[in-house]
Amino acid sequence: MGDRPQIIAGLLVFVGLFTFPFWHARASKTASAPPPIKLPVNEKQCVAPTSYMLTSHMELLGNWRNEVVRQDQRQFRALDGKVYEKSLTRTCMLECHKDKTEFCNRCHTYSGVPSCYCCDCHVEPQLIARRTP
Amino acid sequence: MRITRKDFLRLSGLGLLGVAGRMAVRGVAKASASSAGSNATKRWGMVIDLQKCCRENGCDRCIKACNTAHNIPQFPDRAHEVKWVWNQPFETVFPLVQTDYARRAYAGQPIPVMCNHCASPPCVRVCPTQATWKREEDGIVMMDWHRCIGCRYCMAACPYGSRSFNWQDPRPAIAALNPDFPTRTKGVVEKCNFCEERLARGLGPACVEACQEKALIFGDFADSDSEPRRLLRSRFALQRKPELGTSPSIYYLV
Repeated sequence: MGDRPQIIAGLLVFVGLFTFPFWHARASKTASAPPPIKLPVNEKQCVAPTSYMLTSHMELLGNWRNEVVRQDQRQFRALDGKVYEKSLTRTCMLECHKDKTEFCNRCHTYSGVPSCYCCDCHVEPQLIARRTP
Repeated sequence: MRITRKDFLRLSGLGLLGVAGRMAVRGVAKASASSAGSNATKRWGMVIDLQKCCRENGCDRCIKACNTAHNIPQFPDRAHEVKWVWNQPFETVFPLVQTDYARRAYAGQPIPVMCNHCASPPCVRVCPTQATWKREEDGIVMMDWHRCIGCRYCMAACPYGSRSFNWQDPRPAIAALNPDFPTRTKGVVEKCNFCEERLARGLGPACVEACQEKALIFGDFADSDSEPRRLLRSRFALQRKPELGTSPSIYYLV
């Protein structure tokens, strides 16, 4: 019973050290702000609300992939009724997010998520621009 | 009320019989519904008129059109070759059609060959991941490159050599990237897809469009009034290796 103060003190020190990165960043105001991403100029609205795209774009793209390849369903009806073609290159990248390094990569690097391998096959516009003399 | 052992067995037997009967009725209903539905489906196929095709020696417009449409890499090393449509000498395309005199008609002629989109494709049977499958609606043997693990069973199974493997990253070997179609990546198998991405947009296959002699005729084999079916009624045609029972959807008018 006499050890209680030491145990509690030890636990507090442990929790303090464990959460060091969080409170240190908050106290010293060095928390890095989300990186500026290059937003499309000609379009105001994405195929889904921004909050959904921020957290679930990979699920949306995965569904598009399965529906196009497996079920031959190529049209996507957005919440506002607008119909898009389910195509990473032609809808997402050629229309809006023309530069992968300024959009996808910035956020992925910031959040420490490894870069996806979508563009290993799906052609990014920058690559075409670089290839054409 | 006490249930005797005999009554218990009798009741459970009856219950089982009821469940089995219901399942049987459902199965039969489902089977008859699907067979009725399959009458409405298409079967895409192609007829290649060799008399027209062989008019211009060394023509490779269909091959080039396919290469551009599908970002097909061109490796100088033949061991790494990737091909969807290509030319092969008549003797190797139809090794059994070699009578003493008749073979001279097409001796050494390059014949365009591609995936036969078989009615019973051996590649589909062996694929362990269902990365390749037969689309029931129109008979196209499809590929899902997201799912291909590169085991190459399908290449071993295909009797026509219609499949190619990407031994290395294909991108550096593609002259001009076409944004309308993805490239593939190292470690996947690929083959002709009958231009299913163009069919979805209401266009015909790229090779058919590129042929100036109109030697490639594409259409629905399930429709008895379609152009390929009319041609097959009036002229003699060959399939590749029909003895294997794969039932190819590509016919060659000789």
